[in-house]
Amino acid sequence: MLMTGSPSLYEKRKGVYPKAVDGFYRRLKWAVMAVTLAIYWGTPWLRWDRGPYAPDQAVLVDLANRRFYMFSIEIWPHEFYYVAGLLIMAGVGLFLVTSAVGRAWCGYACPQTVWTDLYQHVERFIDGDRNAQVRLANTPWSAAKIARRLAKWAVWLVIAFLTGGAWIFYFADAPTLQQQFWTGTAAPGAYGAVAVLTATTFILGGFMREQVCIYMCPWPRIQTAMLDEKSLVVTYKHWRGEKRGSLKKAQAAPDIYGDCIDCNQCVAVCPTGVDIREGPQIGCITCALCVDACDAVMAQIGKPRGLIDYCTEDDALAEQKGGAPRPVLSTLLRPRTLAYFALWICVGAAMLFALGVRTRLDISVQQDRNPIFVRLSDGTIRNAYTIKLRNMEARPRPMQVGVTGLADAKMWTDAGSREQAGSALTTMVAADSVEKLRVFLLLPSAGPVRQDFAFTVRATDREGGGDSEPARFERP
Amino acid sequence: MAEDKRIDAATGTEIKLHEWDGIQELDTPLPRWWLWTFYATILFAIGYMVAYPAWPMIDRATAGLLGWSSRGALDKELAAREQQIAPIRQAIAETSVTVLPQRPQLMQAAIEGGRAAFRVHCVQCHGSGAAGSKGYPNLNDDDWLWGGDIAAIEKTIADGVRNPDHQATRQSLMPAFGKDQLLTAAQVDDVVAHVRAISGQHRANAASRRGAKVFADNCAVCHGPAGAGDRTVGAPNLADAIWLYGGDADSIRDTVWNSRRGVMPRWDDKLDKVTVRMLAAYVHSLGGGETKPETRAEPGG
Repeated sequence: MLMTGSPSLYEKRKGVYPKAVDGFYRRLKWAVMAVTLAIYWGTPWLRWDRGPYAPDQAVLVDLANRRFYMFSIEIWPHEFYYVAGLLIMAGVGLFLVTSAVGRAWCGYACPQTVWTDLYQHVERFIDGDRNAQVRLANTPWSAAKIARRLAKWAVWLVIAFLTGGAWIFYFADAPTLQQQFWTGTAAPGAYGAVAVLTATTFILGGFMREQVCIYMCPWPRIQTAMLDEKSLVVTYKHWRGEKRGSLKKAQAAPDIYGDCIDCNQCVAVCPTGVDIREGPQIGCITCALCVDACDAVMAQIGKPRGLIDYCTEDDALAEQKGGAPRPVLSTLLRPRTLAYFALWICVGAAMLFALGVRTRLDISVQQDRNPIFVRLSDGTIRNAYTIKLRNMEARPRPMQVGVTGLADAKMWTDAGSREQAGSALTTMVAADSVEKLRVFLLLPSAGPVRQDFAFTVRATDREGGGDSEPARFERP
Repeated sequence: MAEDKRIDAATGTEIKLHEWDGIQELDTPLPRWWLWTFYATILFAIGYMVAYPAWPMIDRATAGLLGWSSRGALDKELAAREQQIAPIRQAIAETSVTVLPQRPQLMQAAIEGGRAAFRVHCVQCHGSGAAGSKGYPNLNDDDWLWGGDIAAIEKTIADGVRNPDHQATRQSLMPAFGKDQLLTAAQVDDVVAHVRAISGQHRANAASRRGAKVFADNCAVCHGPAGAGDRTVGAPNLADAIWLYGGDADSIRDTVWNSRRGVMPRWDDKLDKVTVRMLAAYVHSLGGGETKPETRAEPGG
């Protein structure tokens, strides 16, 4: 084929004007939107009484003090493996959900989907439904059009601002920060974060929309790679629908034409502008609004629902050969999903177990390497250690540091003197903080060149577990 | 340029000419916003070149309209840092070194400042961990030639040891007993045996008993009758386990025969008073610092 004229290297975005639709999946989407937005906006305002030494916010990422609070759980930086565990759970959870119900994350819970959906409702409220939107887009600029556009962008901007604004409340005490924010005394970073997130929400939710899903997001590449022939995906049952023709044609010749009357409703309602009748494609986020639209049409023309429906590829092939549709439950429960679920449960249970048995005090010891030992004038040998005591409870605790496996050892800190040396030392560790001690340890000069022992720590106010850390005593 | 362009029937998009294993590539256009983003980065780069140093010239880069330079930024940061620590330095300067340990926060600041200064000025001789080496005292231990309380340490640092041009310097004078023929070779050997006996390195024998007499006549005036040393003249304690030049017979014989002339520079002409004070605080904190000179019991003497 010979080309006339050269094609543009760059393609202009084709407008997508999704039509309003009602149905089961639309209502499910409403519910998911309500829940996710409520979680997002509400979480920072939940209070949680932690006493006088810790913040009272239920979920708080305290970057300044390097603490992460989640209800009764407090994570310190060295316990970051819990976050790694959460990431593993999120990853396995994605495998699980995708293998079971396809790209449900994309279609319902993804923030891009939720906010785009919200923005489209605003758009419909101001510009009207699909046809009015197309008409408005095609009319030249006028005062009325400008007014509508400004109104729409203003509402979008308010939503974007509320979205960006809520984010910062996860990182500081929400009521305090809100007051600081409005009085201009919050940290510059807070205003910067709000500005950036407002801008990205406004642009991504208002203008980029499906382009984010199709061009920018890595998820659909990963998710579609994880689908198999037993995953539920939105499927057009072409063996039932083809050959398409108008209702009139179909009624005239029912033997030739299938159930699809080519009304194009499935395309009109699609938020990413996909024609599902062309088969599975990367633009499809499996939100099933086309299912709602098609079912409504099928009801009108008196045909059974489900011309477009969630369906696995295996079932599609079976149905095509005349088999009956299988119940959904049997597609959900299969070895692959059960294996993912078991793995997911195992990781979660392991984390809960680790959270349950972890001690809220910790010792870490670093031996001085320079010099590795010091000979004192009476011939005894002194080693020095830097000891960190972590008190991870929100109250001050007295702690006793001792030594096991090293007879006759005497210790003192650089705040004391050798005359006060004893076999153990006690120190007060402030609430929720790390106490750093420089400890000198003394032994007679005789003995093996190196001796392994352990520093131990326990809280002396009540039974709260203890911790120990192996160390070495070096001699010439 | 009358090439055939092959068009994919389904999409209407041009097909690239290459083909691998029967797979062909569509020449799908990029989205337009992508292009605008690309243009924006070019604009940003131009603006950046105008505003910041960018083009390399013969001896320096173009200055840029904002006048920013990494050296200038560093100067500013250093000045801000100076500004920040100025009150602390002022407080240390105004606090007598003997009072300093009673103000823990100020002492801690002084120790940290001293640690930094030590790494610049002192590690060449005393080592990065202040452990010294042969001829250079270990500052971690509890043996001090001139006193281990913080005031004595400060004086040692400020005035130096055996500094020829300085009146106030620490001065110890050990004669070269062998070289200057003050003692015979046999007497030197005897006194070495005696010193090794009082430091517990071997048991008293005939030689060391002869050496005790020599010691009492020649050495006790500085080192004390029991060899416990004298800090007022910087005479080391010979009865303990620490040897600056080595405690074996050959090293001690060398010391007695040739004497030792260790030198430490005076630092009050190179460093300001506050830095010297901070160094004293740091050295005192290493684990051998003494509270007061008189609290240390002189063994045997």
